[in-house]
Amino acid sequence: MTVVPPLPAEVADQAADFLESTVRTATPLALAALGETIVERSGIINIGLEGVIIAGAFAALAGAGVAGTGGGLAAAALAGAGVTALFALFAVTLRADQIITGTAVTLLALGATGALYRTHYGAAGAALTIPTLVPLAVPMLQRIPVVGRAFFDQPVTTYAVYVAVPALWWWLYRTHAGLALRAVGENAAAALAAGVAPARAQWLALLAGGVLGGAAGGTLVLAQVGTFAEGMSAGRGFIAIAVVALGRWHPAGVAIAALLFGAASALQFLFQAMGWAVPYQLFLALPYILTLLALAGAAGRSAAPAGLGRREVAV
Amino acid sequence: MLALASLLVVGGYDAARALRALWEGSLGSSYAVLSATLVRATPLVLAGLAVALAFTAGVLNVGAEGQLLAGAAAAAAVGLAWGTTLGVAAPVVGLVAGTIAGAIWALPAAYLRRRFGVLEVISTIMLNFVAVDVVGWLVRGPLQEPLRIYPQSAPLPAVAQLPKLVAGTRLHWGFALAVAAAGGLWWLLRRTAAGFRLRASGANPAAAASAGLIDVSRTTALAFLASGALAGLAGAVELSGVTYALYENISPGYGYTAIAVALLARLNPLTVVASGVVFGALEAGAGAMQRDAGVPAAVVSVVEALIILVLLAADWLRGQPIRAVVWNRGGTPEVAAAGVAAGATAGASVEAPSTPRHP
Repeated sequence: MTVVPPLPAEVADQAADFLESTVRTATPLALAALGETIVERSGIINIGLEGVIIAGAFAALAGAGVAGTGGGLAAAALAGAGVTALFALFAVTLRADQIITGTAVTLLALGATGALYRTHYGAAGAALTIPTLVPLAVPMLQRIPVVGRAFFDQPVTTYAVYVAVPALWWWLYRTHAGLALRAVGENAAAALAAGVAPARAQWLALLAGGVLGGAAGGTLVLAQVGTFAEGMSAGRGFIAIAVVALGRWHPAGVAIAALLFGAASALQFLFQAMGWAVPYQLFLALPYILTLLALAGAAGRSAAPAGLGRREVAV
Repeated sequence: MLALASLLVVGGYDAARALRALWEGSLGSSYAVLSATLVRATPLVLAGLAVALAFTAGVLNVGAEGQLLAGAAAAAAVGLAWGTTLGVAAPVVGLVAGTIAGAIWALPAAYLRRRFGVLEVISTIMLNFVAVDVVGWLVRGPLQEPLRIYPQSAPLPAVAQLPKLVAGTRLHWGFALAVAAAGGLWWLLRRTAAGFRLRASGANPAAAASAGLIDVSRTTALAFLASGALAGLAGAVELSGVTYALYENISPGYGYTAIAVALLARLNPLTVVASGVVFGALEAGAGAMQRDAGVPAAVVSVVEALIILVLLAADWLRGQPIRAVVWNRGGTPEVAAAGVAAGATAGASVEAPSTPRHP
């Protein structure tokens, strides 16, 4: 009979570090993807999510400099909703092509934040420091070996995800409003006949998604990086859309898929810590390659809302 | 232009000075036209053609950026390895290599779309990011300059560089090639059977398929690869005509600007040349604006985005949306011209819930 030796302290430490950075990088992805889940459930695909995130990130920088982290988060959510409102105006009200509108919105937000950043923060940008969200340890739970620190010693936005997943599930599947939203996404014409206004539902879904997408950008700045850089969203909006597909449009699935992507990003820190001699660009590219594989894997057995991307029916 | 001026005023810049710099840097002198605007327009025209071809076929290839980088990297690799051996054939071989590399970079997205129905907007953007990382690795690894100090490749040998089109300027033969490509693509799309199949597949895939004789899935996949090839050519031309060396920021977002170029041209290859020159002037002028008036050049992408949104709004006013993308379950994304459906209801405030579905 063999006795399993306890994990050496350094291995446990490394595992805890890896899990901690997994949860930290997954948080903004989860926020954005949960928002996009609401949006896609209403039959709209918001490719402009990338622009929503970068707008939230920039607003968080501006807001936090004036009113602290709370102000930063509020500004981020507001900016996200604002950018999404522009998308909704074209994609819902004017029924313009969702993909082209989303691409334009992303281009607009990336350009505008880049220009504003240079105008207002200029060359000193790199040294710019703002108040950041400090991790809040949950009493008791944080003491669980390995996973305690990873899941229960995180900034407030991570806890917001823990609350949002069951809340969104309950709202989508257990309330009339959630049912109405899903009906619009499945068959807008039938929903209209049943007395639900599709355009109104889609607008509200988009605004909610915009708030969460903006908050995702805010989290990126306030809890992850600590400052703003041009184009720092780095494709997270598009990855979040893939996360939604991989999570099969279900809040719990989406949260797990976001964790998976967080782990892919966290791998680079782990491998660096282990001193592996692999080109670091491979790890930078890993989340994007994983997205491609995930999309291929999620296809075919998809549970996508039937009306996703359609725009023949609105009003 | 008005939008730009108001942006400048809102931003608190000296609008008059900035606009003067914009003008002088783009169209203010023959040197500015030949050495700045047209040079800048060359990759935009080629990448714009790539986007126009794809969009015409109903393929939303927003991956021209990555395909362009792949083309530039291949041209650099071939030119550095065999440039002197190949002699006068070197530029041609470099461009061919770039074209093939662009098609190869589009291949995963084309395959994922055809096989799994993966939305190409997301897959091509992911490939854009991968391309940036690959170039970053190349210029620090296999293709790094011999001294191994800077993250860039050695310059191409003179024989592998594209010759100048107008002596004494920076304008190279790539511009002539771009104009020829526009003419060729127009002829292909409007005057050949293959072009007809491609346009039919993009305009209404269900109708094209049910009319028989058109393999829509195959046609759109080939158009996707051809689009990647054109974007790859854009990168190869930029490398062998302008930069001569590969480095990470070789493209200031040409592949994204190309979307605006193609949409402004209403996807017509001949008009792409004109809109490419417009955007080339805008970007060349923006560079001057940044130098002389301190206006960030990023403001140009704001203008590009506004142009796209204005075009979408104009389409709405005319009741003819550009295109509806329908993402159906589990199958290939089906791109339908919803002009009929949407056009019939545009402007109506209440709609009967009996809009026909595609079969």
